[in-house]
Amino acid sequence: MLELLRQPWPWYTSGAVIAFVMVVLLFFGKSFGFSSNLRTICSACGAGKHVKFFDFNWRAQTWNLLFLVGAILGGFISAEFLSNGEAVQISQATIQDLSELGISAPNGIQPEEIFSLEALFTVKGFLILLLGGFAIGFGARYAGGCTSGHAISGLSNLQLPSMIAVIGFFIGGLFTTFVLLPLIF
Amino acid sequence: MKGLKFIIAGILFGIVMSKSEAISWFRIQEMFRFQSFHMYGIIGTAVVLGTIATFLIKKYKLRDYQGNPIVFMPKEMSVPRYLIGGIIFGLGWALTGACPGPMFVNLGFSYWAILVAIFGGLAGTYMYGVLKDKLPH
Repeated sequence: MLELLRQPWPWYTSGAVIAFVMVVLLFFGKSFGFSSNLRTICSACGAGKHVKFFDFNWRAQTWNLLFLVGAILGGFISAEFLSNGEAVQISQATIQDLSELGISAPNGIQPEEIFSLEALFTVKGFLILLLGGFAIGFGARYAGGCTSGHAISGLSNLQLPSMIAVIGFFIGGLFTTFVLLPLIF
Repeated sequence: MKGLKFIIAGILFGIVMSKSEAISWFRIQEMFRFQSFHMYGIIGTAVVLGTIATFLIKKYKLRDYQGNPIVFMPKEMSVPRYLIGGIIFGLGWALTGACPGPMFVNLGFSYWAILVAIFGGLAGTYMYGVLKDKLPH
């Protein structure tokens, strides 16, 4: 059984479990949306004193911070107990495309060229993560949600705004993939 | 402990995102290059099952564990807000290969470099709060 769990899970298992998490949160009286945690953390750090957007009762969002803590623990448990240490099995076409950019084939989950500490201490590596994270935080709040809030919760509720947001996610993602990454690497 | 159930739900989320490799930069690149069905399968399955569940909850007016009705807030209609916000989000998503949830799952995986992206995410969120009233919504 544990051997089975240690293999990468097929997409249908994962999709079903993600839907299950969303439904479980609904029955807990909450709504699945991860990025609002970033706003909550800003507020908990005192941002509400300076900016109105962060002046709200962030303690009511404690449940979502606990969910965030669980997500970190889930990553830890996967890495420690449920991993067989194999590289991500991406398609040959992707490996080929990325090698042309100078990014080597997967050796684990993340590319050395971005996530290793050596890369982090280069200007390029540091800025990729910092600016990428900045765009994610800014864009998620501007659009009112991220992948969980829009692509999962929103689309499941047949919300047109969420469809527009998801189309936006793809326009931005395609631009980075086909225009920015070749310029950066 | 009242909060424990949220931690457990989060653990389940963290494990499933890890085990489906959805926290991998490589998988996100593969998705944006349309070279595998994997990520589309994950999101597609979640949305199809989520839509059925949402429909059933509404149809049978199901209640949460405390007996309160489960309500779905319709999102306010706008194009610029979702489109521009979405595009900015997407730019970052393809760059770091992690949306907000997977950022924290990666932290559990001891990819410490992701702390820089998390810090960036907080700074970006803060900047949105500062500029909110000046942006088209």
